[in-house]
Amino acid sequence: MAAASAAARMLSDGGADDEERWLAEGIAGVQQNAFYMHRALDSNNLKDALKYSAQMLSELRTSRLSPHKYYELYMRAFDEMRKLEMFFREETRRGSCSVVDLYELVQHAGNVLPRLYLLCTVGSVYIKSKEAPAKDVLKDLVEMCRGIQHPLRGLFLRSYLSQISRDKLPDIGSEYKGDAESINDAVEFVLQNFIEMNKLWVRMQHQGPVREKEKRGKERNELRDLVGKNLHVLSQIEGVDLDMYKETVLPRILEQVVNCKDDLAQVYLMDCIIQVFPDEYHLQTLETLLSAFPQLQPSVDIKTVLSQLMDRLSNYAASSPEVLPEFLQVEAFAKFSNAIGKVIEAQPDMPVVGAVTLYVSLLTFTLRVHPDRLDYVDQVLGACVKKLSGKAKLEDSRATKQIVALLSAPLEKYSNIVTALELSNYPRVMDYLDTATTKVMAVVIIQSIMKNTTCISTSDKIEALFDLIKGLIKDMDDAQDDELDEEDFKEEQNSVARLIHMLHNDDPEEMLKILCTVQKHILLGGPKRLTFTVPSLVFSALKLVRRLQGQDGDVTGEDVPATPKKIFQILHQTIEALSCVPSPELALRLYLQCAEAANDCDLEPVAYEFFTQAFILYEEEIADSKAQITAIHLIIGTLQRMSIFGVENRDTLTHKTTGYSAKLLKKPDQCRAVYACSHLFWTDDHDGIMDGERVLLCLKRALRIANAAQQMANATRGSSGSVTLFIEILNKYLYFFEKGTPQINNSAIQDLIELIRTAQSDNTEADPSTEAFFSSTLRYIEFQKQKGGSIGERYEQIKTSS
Amino acid sequence: MVLVLALGDLHIPHRAPDLPAKFKSMLVPGKIQHIICTGNLCIKEVHDYLKSLCPDLHITRGEYDEDARYPETKTLTIGQFKLGLCHGHQVVPWGDLDSLAMLQRQLDVDILVTGHTHQFKAYKHEGGVVINPGSATGAYSSITYDVNPSFVLMDIDGLRVVVYVYELIDGEVKVDKIDFKKTATTTMHA
Repeated sequence: MAAASAAARMLSDGGADDEERWLAEGIAGVQQNAFYMHRALDSNNLKDALKYSAQMLSELRTSRLSPHKYYELYMRAFDEMRKLEMFFREETRRGSCSVVDLYELVQHAGNVLPRLYLLCTVGSVYIKSKEAPAKDVLKDLVEMCRGIQHPLRGLFLRSYLSQISRDKLPDIGSEYKGDAESINDAVEFVLQNFIEMNKLWVRMQHQGPVREKEKRGKERNELRDLVGKNLHVLSQIEGVDLDMYKETVLPRILEQVVNCKDDLAQVYLMDCIIQVFPDEYHLQTLETLLSAFPQLQPSVDIKTVLSQLMDRLSNYAASSPEVLPEFLQVEAFAKFSNAIGKVIEAQPDMPVVGAVTLYVSLLTFTLRVHPDRLDYVDQVLGACVKKLSGKAKLEDSRATKQIVALLSAPLEKYSNIVTALELSNYPRVMDYLDTATTKVMAVVIIQSIMKNTTCISTSDKIEALFDLIKGLIKDMDDAQDDELDEEDFKEEQNSVARLIHMLHNDDPEEMLKILCTVQKHILLGGPKRLTFTVPSLVFSALKLVRRLQGQDGDVTGEDVPATPKKIFQILHQTIEALSCVPSPELALRLYLQCAEAANDCDLEPVAYEFFTQAFILYEEEIADSKAQITAIHLIIGTLQRMSIFGVENRDTLTHKTTGYSAKLLKKPDQCRAVYACSHLFWTDDHDGIMDGERVLLCLKRALRIANAAQQMANATRGSSGSVTLFIEILNKYLYFFEKGTPQINNSAIQDLIELIRTAQSDNTEADPSTEAFFSSTLRYIEFQKQKGGSIGERYEQIKTSS
Repeated sequence: MVLVLALGDLHIPHRAPDLPAKFKSMLVPGKIQHIICTGNLCIKEVHDYLKSLCPDLHITRGEYDEDARYPETKTLTIGQFKLGLCHGHQVVPWGDLDSLAMLQRQLDVDILVTGHTHQFKAYKHEGGVVINPGSATGAYSSITYDVNPSFVLMDIDGLRVVVYVYELIDGEVKVDKIDFKKTATTTMHA
């Protein structure tokens, strides 16, 4: 009854939703027959056991289930068959039936599928009994299974055979090993099973209507591991050593892979081979393996498989450095290189991204296996250039990403950028990037330098470097950089600014060359970039000046060594370029820095010239009040430190400076600048200026301005305004008083103290901070009195209490 | 115990590419309560980095700072101490201790932190203490030759402040410390 309904189901036709129902019915059928089978087993009724087991197995004759569902049904049957197998074993051991007889008996089952399942099961027992050599039984079984040509059923049947035979292969160390030749038999068995299974699997593709092709592909995918398992078994056979793999196993597998002409199978199986067999085998059979690639179907995505192989071997090399010599011995790089070349040639329509991905894998491989062979690395880049040549700049973003990966790999590997700079093809690859990506790559390069704190120390290397990062240095021809985010632009340029400090050589001659090279490039940057790059160059140059201080600077000419004078010429040129931005405040600061440096080099004319430039900027370009205040203090501060000027030059400059100070917009600012100027006329150094007259003049002028400020405050606001300025001036008086400036005497100070006191008491609004300032100043005077000695004496004359 | 980091004159990117690696590894977020910075960072990235170390960040304007909005001077109170901050290019002669003392009186602070010369100084005078943390990157200075990277960490505890100065000399970080105590009045003594 069960058989009949099974048969009926076999022939019926229905939709996919019915599958659940059919599966349920199938499982029910299995369970029902299993029940009767168990009853037969319990009563040692062999005949009935065979009958019901055959019926149970008949459920597997169905054509209506998808692979996924068939598998469920199969597993039910499989579990039951295990019990049957145990029964068979008992029966034959007891002697109630010989295994040979049993083997013959099961072949009487009506339908071929149940018959073969039973046969395999008995076969397992037969091998275990050792009444016949394993190889003979296995050979018989693998042949017999040809009886099922239906792909799905055949695959599962053979999978069953594979499962039960797994532990019974005549391998070395196995109890079933026969003579010395039996390894071959084991291998042959598995290979046969594999080949037949693959054929069945491929045949599935051509079953059914064309419109269901996609569905079939999906179903085939679900079954692929059944086929692949055989390769796994092969890899586990102890007796399969490298030689056997090389001579027999691999060639046979590849033969099947190529001949089946099915792209799904080819991709999967190639991948399987790579995953399942050890890396050292792959290394030793590289030629064979690679020669299969061009023979595969054109629709097969060879690049992915090739990449996987290379990546696997890359990892192998990385994890076990001791195998590196082997790589060299088998000439792995050359083989891969050629293979890739052939693949690319064979597929002229391959999209760029595909080709570049291959090169990325090859490059990764090369960097891991042959890091010292820069020529190999360059070769890979060169091959890539060749593929890209003739095409316009890349627009495919995935291809671009791959190129960035290609170019970043050497940077990461070689922490010293100089190595990457030696790759002649590196810039040529970069040429194919679009402008935006060129800049991205440039930033990557700079970051690599900064991260590794590499110093680049020759001008030709720097020239090469600037060529690579030219996207950041200047506007590229087709650039429409208006869309560029301001923040991003700043970051870019700041990274270039930082980079400049990594360009250094201890040898002054070379360093000068470096400065010239950098200058040449950054001057191409245009107004947008100069404010970022010029300061870095200037300070780098000033550092060199300091190192060369003391060397003669009067000779000009080509072959003369680096001198401060030469560098000052470069500095002058460089800072001048800021006028096109325009950036007068920055330029002023830089001119003043140069002036100080020139002072330290005893170059009076040069220092004077820098001051001139600074003053011109102050007069003509700096109009903002706040900017003027800062600028004037910088001028005063710098000038105060100048020791090199002769009287005339000095007078001109101080005169101008005090003039500017008095002309600042707000009176308090004027006052402060003017009293700051007092320091221009007094140095502690006895070789320097000590002009007490001029000091006093300044302080008095400051007082006048402070007075005027007070009056103005009175007039406009009614209150007398802050006395802070007076207290500041008082402090300055004390400063020079202490220094011993003869023109500053205690009466002037006393008057000032009284003035402040009066003003304070007049003030309607008390100002705590001013009061505190005054108190602490008076406290200072008292403290100085305590000091005793000449200081104490001098201060003694000042009365702080009213 | 309040930790205050004082540093400045980094001059990134004009004169130095970055803080020394050894300093960077020492300066971790969450350990410091306040940062006072004399100025000349010079760019926003440095500001953001300092802010990541400690959110309570005080900066005064240096003449090369990108952000023109930093104040010329700043005063703040930490524990029992009043601190004043100023870059120092505004005080002429540069680095002159008497002139700086005047600024200190004017700001009415116990501790004046100032920079510009790129040279570490911790100087006590009648009116208080003047501290110059030097240049954290060892940047070029027209005033000081052979600048070693340095910064200062102040440990303020009640009426006592311990000033630790960290200097990078020949690749090694050297630490020195100076103690200052303040009496109940505003005068300070070492």
